[in-house]
Order: sequence, then C-alpha cells, then structure tokens
Amino acid sequence: MLEVRSLRAGYGRAQVLHDLHFSIAAGEFCALIGANGAGKSTTLKGLAGLLRPIGGTVQFDGEPIERLPAARILRAGLALVPEGRRVFGPLSVRDNLQMGAFTRLFPRKDPGTARQFEFVLETFPRLRERLDQPAGTLSGGEQQMLAIARALMSSPRLLMLDEPSMGLAPLVVQQVFEVLANLARNGLTLLVSEQNATAALAFADHGHVLEAGRIVQSGTARSLRDDPKVREAYLGI
Amino acid sequence: MGQLPNLLLAGLSTGSVYALVALGFNVIFKSTGAINFAQGEWVMMGGMVAAAGHAAQWPLGLAVLLAVVTVMVTGILSERVILRQLARPGPLVVTLVMIAIAICTKSLVMLVLGKNPASLPGFSGSTPIDWGGLRIHPQTLWIIGITCLVMVGAHAFFERSILGRAMRAVAAQPEAAALCGIDPRMAMALAFALAAATGALAGAIITPLTLTSFDYGTVLGFKGFSAAMLGGMGSLPGALVGGILLGSLESLAGGLISSHFKDAVAFLALLLTLFLRPAGVLGKGEVERV
Repeated sequence: MLEVRSLRAGYGRAQVLHDLHFSIAAGEFCALIGANGAGKSTTLKGLAGLLRPIGGTVQFDGEPIERLPAARILRAGLALVPEGRRVFGPLSVRDNLQMGAFTRLFPRKDPGTARQFEFVLETFPRLRERLDQPAGTLSGGEQQMLAIARALMSSPRLLMLDEPSMGLAPLVVQQVFEVLANLARNGLTLLVSEQNATAALAFADHGHVLEAGRIVQSGTARSLRDDPKVREAYLGI
Repeated sequence: MGQLPNLLLAGLSTGSVYALVALGFNVIFKSTGAINFAQGEWVMMGGMVAAAGHAAQWPLGLAVLLAVVTVMVTGILSERVILRQLARPGPLVVTLVMIAIAICTKSLVMLVLGKNPASLPGFSGSTPIDWGGLRIHPQTLWIIGITCLVMVGAHAFFERSILGRAMRAVAAQPEAAALCGIDPRMAMALAFALAAATGALAGAIITPLTLTSFDYGTVLGFKGFSAAMLGGMGSLPGALVGGILLGSLESLAGGLISSHFKDAVAFLALLLTLFLRPAGVLGKGEVERV
C-alpha cells in the first residue's frame, strides 16, 4: 500500500532522514520504533505532506505522493494524527470532528460524512458525551482520542499516528492501543511511531527500527520483541 | 435632561465605528498574530472611494458597495502579491510589511483621489430626529444598526459556517489544520478580505458625520487599535466592548471637559490598558493566539 524509497528529508540545512526505505502492506499494523531525534516525526511529516522531501519517492497505492500538498494526500486516503494531539482547543469536540472532515464538507458536502461521524462516535463513546464541550477542556487521554477521531473523519485508508502515548498514563496508553488494534482488525492500515516500544510492539504486527534517519531493522513485532539488540536498546530489558 | 444622553449617544455611534475597525484588527491578529497597521488606511479608503462614487453620481448604496469591494480587493491583493511572497512570515514581519502597505495605500489614495476632504450625504438625510430631548442624527442610527448587523454576522460566520470555524482551527493549531486539509493561505486570504471589507464599511458609514481625507486613516487606525487592545486583542465581543467603551469615554471627555481632550483619551485608555490589564477587558489573562 505504501512504498517509501530512498526518502531524504530535513529542516533547512539539517538533513534528518538519509535514504529511508520501507513499505507497508494493506491491513498491516506497523510500528516505527526509535529514540528521540531518530527521525520518526520527520518521516511521518514527510509522508503527510507537511514537509517537502529533499529526495526519494513515496508511492501510495502505486501513485507518487511525495510532491503533493497535505490536502491532496489527505484526499488520497492518508491521514496523520500529529504529535502532542494538537486538538483545536477553543472549538467544540463536534467542530473538531467536522474540521477533520473539512475536505469532505468544503466546497461540497459529502453525505458520507454523517455516517463517518456516527462510526467515529461509536468507536469513541466518551466523545459523544462531550460533543459540545471545548476540546481544550478534555483530559489528555480524551484529547488523544479526539485527535484520532478527527483524523478518522476523513475516512483514511492509512492512518499514521505520531507518538500517541506521549504524556499519557500507562492505563490510557493501553486503551489507546486497544482502540488502534480494533481499527486494524476491521481492516484499517496503521503506521504508529513510538518511543514507547513496549506498547507499540505489543499491539503491532510489524515493526521498523529507525536510527539516525535510517531504518536499521525490520521484521514482525514478535521477532523484534525477541531480538536482543532491540530488547536492550528500546525495551529496557 | 442635560447633555449627558446626547453625549452618550454620540459616543455610541463613534464607538460603533471603532468597534468595526477593532474587528478588522482582531480578525487579522487571530490569523497571523500580527497587528495590521493598514487597517486605518482601509477605513479611510472606504470613505474616500464611497465619496468619489457619490461625486460621480452613483446612487449612495452602490457607492458604498463600490467602496467595500474596492478595499476588499486591495486587502486581498496586499496578501496575495506581497505577503504570500514571504516564506512563513512571522508576526513581526507581517506587522512591518503592513506598515509599508499602509503608507503605500495612503499615498495611492492621495494620488488617485486627491488631497481635498471628501464627504457623503447622510444615508437618510441629515435632519436631526427629536426624540424626547435627544437630538439624533439619522446617520447615527444607520451606524449603530449596521454595526450590530456586522457583529452578529461575524459571530455567526466564526461560530457556524464551515469556513469560519476552519479559520479558527488554523489560528488555534496551524499544523493540525493543514493535516485536516485546510489551506492556511486560504484562511489568511479570507482574513484579509474580511478585515478590509469591514474597514471599508466603517469608513463609508462614518463619512457623512465626519468628512474624510487621505490622511484620516492613521488616527482612525489608532483609535481602532486602542479599542481592540481595550477589549482584548483577538476577541470578537472584545472589539464591540472596547469600541463602545472608547467611543463613550471620548465623547464624555470631549463634552464635559474639553474637545481638546478627545484624542488624548484614546492614548490614555491604551496606556492604562497596557499598564493595568494588557490582555484587555475581555482578554484571557495572557495574550495568546487563540
């Protein structure tokens, strides 16, 4: 579904990603593991169109997307839940969700959004209770749920999440990953970047280990969990 | 009945105009974090173009519409042609560029429409209405009515319409908004169009009471800026509260003390706001881009 070839990206003169290669098959729950500064966020931003890559190609369902603006990539079916949640604090939960479907509401309204709205609320029942509350008043866990729900409003086929466990209590992290695993079981393709390798590898099917802007190891989540190097560096065992 | 009700009414009408100017400041502050120093020039230009349209025998309503459209186009062009050339302009850069655009706008109006003061007739004449001792210039009612309509319209736009909410989303979290497919440049262009249009409308409706000329914008811009600061920069109700408060204070100071104090009041109000309550009356305690 996603093919990343020789991706290079960075900020100004600081190149962060050097020659990144990896691919994701349809229906896969994939984890991108790496330490702080390894280039996880840069990778996801590059794929989502927030950052224009310096070189390399990204193919989504066979179409090159590395030069497209963020809105076009979203319409193609690839959504990103940004690091730190970034919900629209002053807007209500309902408005946050509608903004997630912006490309389907403006300029023409797509009737499918109402169905997606219902689906998202079924996935996150807590949000239904808080529809008219400003998003800024939600707890950290609820905000993470809202950020995921907002991204789902565009009906993506590949959902990317940047550090969904950041700043959340272990129990809430567990809940977030359970929801993700559920979405994956229903056929959604997922790419999750995580410093918290324990949680990510417990739920994902596949993993890629990112170090200094390069993928240094790939495999099934089980093989990575059992790998002595990964255990030492990322699982703290 | 003394002069007090009359002074307050006069304050309410100039205050309404200040509120409209402040609204322009707030819309652009919210979307760029910058202070748009061209706002006052857009107000002046609105008055000047409306007056020129009327002088060319256009019907009054059409002259006002011409003013709003012309200034709106100027606002959009300022954003498109100049600001968009800058890569990721920060608030300070935008503020400085807007000062340059203000100076250019003023000169352009002077060159095209001349240095003479211009005027417009009152929208429904200028025979004062006597109402229980209150002498009301009919234009006052037009000003208050139009301001109310614009404020209600702006509120509905930002709370209800998909584009208005998208603009607030961009202001709150630009990157997340981009991830939702909202083009931040579209939001910025929209902000400039809205600010320029309200500015032009403010200029057109006050001109029957005050006259206007090419150098009138700086003072009006300053008054509108003071009103926006007073009410709370970035807050929509703040613009209304700040505008009316400033207009009333000015009118009272002018009538009860001396008309020489009129302009000093805005200065004083701005300074006191900055000293005592930098976030403004309705501000949120810290100046943040909400």
